[in-house]
Amino acid sequence: MGEMPIIDREKCQGCGLCVEICACGALKMVGEVIEAVEVEECGWCTLCELVCPYGAISCPFEIVCEDNPD
Amino acid sequence: MAIQGEFLKSEPYFSGLGEAGIEAVVRYVFEKRAVRGDILVFEGEPSQELYFVVEGVVKVFKTSADGKEQIFSIIRPGESFNDVPVLDDGANIFSAEAMGAVLLYGIRKKDMRAIIRENPQVAVNVVQVLSRRVQELVSLVEDLSFRHVTSRVAKMLVGYIGRGPDSVERPRLTQQEMAAMIGTAREMVGRSLKTLEGSGAIRIERNRIIIANQKVLREQAGLD
Repeated sequence: MGEMPIIDREKCQGCGLCVEICACGALKMVGEVIEAVEVEECGWCTLCELVCPYGAISCPFEIVCEDNPD
Repeated sequence: MAIQGEFLKSEPYFSGLGEAGIEAVVRYVFEKRAVRGDILVFEGEPSQELYFVVEGVVKVFKTSADGKEQIFSIIRPGESFNDVPVLDDGANIFSAEAMGAVLLYGIRKKDMRAIIRENPQVAVNVVQVLSRRVQELVSLVEDLSFRHVTSRVAKMLVGYIGRGPDSVERPRLTQQEMAAMIGTAREMVGRSLKTLEGSGAIRIERNRIIIANQKVLREQAGLD
């Protein structure tokens, strides 16, 4: 499984929008802080990144080339 | 850590300088370290330093009044940024942010002028470096003006061909960063990626964009 959305604690205001939008339960409010927990179901929909008003969540894509012509 | 003359020798600015010339330049160079998110140069502020990236990656960008970010370039080791304002005595035209831990070599504006005065070859090199900058900006204007968004996303991905799974530098970009790089909205990037996946050019596997068919990708980019 491994990688999960990255939360920038300095930018996060704890508004909880990401928790509301996350369909797989990967984001949880712990006290006043959002935490990402590993869940099998996270399909990297990136909606949490999209909804965050503070730009506090990043869902980076790794770009890989598998088609190397001869 | 001592300033590495060998690094400076490979910089286009100092190409053609002998050992003595490089040693003279080294006296003016200072080292700066930063971590991810540090703003190295603020747009609009008086320009003070020219920077060379020794380690790490820096993004150079502008921010619109409504907060939309346009990335102009990603500066990798061996490349420089903040050249134009340092040379024309103006304000910084871009902002620059460290995308991870970075090591920079900097030269202050007045020192860069001293270097140019002391080494006429550097003046010729500066002209060449700035000519390349103009070419890059013309290319960006062309992209922004004429290319369909999907083509722009495809063209950006074509830039990563050749960096396979064993590549040392594995690029990682959010959709927001991709959007800023090509001058569009984040939502357009998501849509374009789906279009490219539908064409067979790429495959998206969770947090990986896999370039599956270079030929189709290049066609989509309008390059073939």
